[in-house]
Amino acid sequence: MVRDVADWSVGELMVVAASREIRDGEVVFVGMRLPLLAYCVAKRLHAPRSVGVFENGIVRDVPTPQLLYTMSDTPNIVGAVWCTRMANVMGLLQRGDVDVGFIGGAQVDRFGNVNSSYIGDPHRPQVKLPGSGGAADIASLAKRLVVILPHGRHRLVERVDFRTSPGYGDGPGWRQRVGLPRGGPSAVITDRAVFRFDPQTCEAVLHHWHPGQSVDEVLENTGWPVRVAEGASPTPEPSAEELRVLREYDPEGVWTGNRNRADQP
Amino acid sequence: MEPRPAGKLVSLREAISRFVPDGATVVMGTCLESLIPFAAGHEIIRQRRRDLTLVGPISDVLFDQLIGAGCVARVVAAWVGNVSAGLGHAYRRATEHGIPRPVEVQDTSNFAVALALMAGALGVPYLPTRSLLGSDVPRHAEAFRLSEDPWSGEPLLLVRAIQPDVAILAVQRSDPDGNAHLWGNLGVTEEAALASRHVVLLAEEVVDPAVIRSDPNRVLVPGFKVSAVVHCPGGCHPSPVPGYYRRDHAFYEEYHRATRTEEGFLEWLRTWVLEVPDRQAYLERLGPRWEALRRLQPAPAAPVDYAW
Repeated sequence: MVRDVADWSVGELMVVAASREIRDGEVVFVGMRLPLLAYCVAKRLHAPRSVGVFENGIVRDVPTPQLLYTMSDTPNIVGAVWCTRMANVMGLLQRGDVDVGFIGGAQVDRFGNVNSSYIGDPHRPQVKLPGSGGAADIASLAKRLVVILPHGRHRLVERVDFRTSPGYGDGPGWRQRVGLPRGGPSAVITDRAVFRFDPQTCEAVLHHWHPGQSVDEVLENTGWPVRVAEGASPTPEPSAEELRVLREYDPEGVWTGNRNRADQP
Repeated sequence: MEPRPAGKLVSLREAISRFVPDGATVVMGTCLESLIPFAAGHEIIRQRRRDLTLVGPISDVLFDQLIGAGCVARVVAAWVGNVSAGLGHAYRRATEHGIPRPVEVQDTSNFAVALALMAGALGVPYLPTRSLLGSDVPRHAEAFRLSEDPWSGEPLLLVRAIQPDVAILAVQRSDPDGNAHLWGNLGVTEEAALASRHVVLLAEEVVDPAVIRSDPNRVLVPGFKVSAVVHCPGGCHPSPVPGYYRRDHAFYEEYHRATRTEEGFLEWLRTWVLEVPDRQAYLERLGPRWEALRRLQPAPAAPVDYAW
């Protein structure tokens, strides 16, 4: 876990970075924990017309009256614009009506493929992870994908042990070849850095390193020889307004660790 | 109102004993994190069912408990773990070390579970999707086949139908014939009910048929699809039931800490399942926290008028 270096936590920085991936008016497939907070921050500040979609069948365009621990908590239903079947919201995703989706995972590789299934050989796994949930569907079908996970050499790897959620496969042209209709990862946000994907090579490239980190530290902790983007810069710090909105929603720092709680995005 | 006795209205013990035999394929946890029929899972454990196939999208800790208790041979689920804490210890012990027995895992995704059940509900052998193309998830050939659109030639993944032996589904209220109202996020509940040979409902309340018929748009499936109705208030704790009780977040954290070791899991199982004869006794064991979870902010819907 990366240590906090300012009056905001690394978790809060990650949430704010994620919120900036949401543009006004977009339909957002919201995950849980950090992405959920990111959606709330975006909604209150720069993306008031964005709409949140949850895989359990909830669609809502106003923040919940209370912090959510899971997407099916009762406060997520009150004030929703739609409570329906999963197939309907997955249909929105498959048709191409969802602009951006967020997922987590245990590993991500240089082409943005995500593993949330097995560490080691899938037939004799060293660790059996919980599995895809809806992540593989979101990665397959959203127009853009943002991946959020803790940084580490065993987490940001040359090649994932199991490709749960497809990124750019083995490189340029792969998504079209396998028949995926659109999309692919646009950013990877970790507790050390922000990566974006080179449109030519489909590789994750370092764009921002968080305050308190150095480029070298990020490179040392990444499992492939990562390229640094031209004009790469420190991650912009959260503004006072972003922090205020975020803390109104999560005053205890349940998901952001702003009271030094364990944080597993 | 006192529920009137009827053929389908049975005790939880009887419903599990009649409709969940050894080796059955059982779908549960269909709303995702809410309305998980924990009481039914615990009764399955008490009746020592074996070799079950569990089907579900995100089962939270219910599947972890059934796996840890040795009831399960196979899991067809998009996600098994603890939504609050992450990994499920019993699931890991079974899949990594075969404790208390090996469990076969058939990887899938939430959408694929929905499509498999929808195919089962529609009575077709499979449904196509563009999800999971290029993913390692659909690696089991008995559940997935790569194919193509006969018109455009584009790749498609075929998701094979699942028709479970029994769907165990929680609802807010049901009449004695199994005409039931469900509200909130529906997940794959309708598909599960329609796809399965038998449906067992766990109802927070059993109500007069007139209550259900006053709002037919809110009915899950018609009662003729339902085999058993169990009046089981509090049957979903620690998961939430919209309109009835909130999620007991701390309970999931406590379960996570308590079940880190096999001994810890067995102790947890004794305390919350094996030494507890029924749901009423379980709720009594919960004590004042159960009352606290039922203190809600009212949010009634505007009435609808089916005037004719």
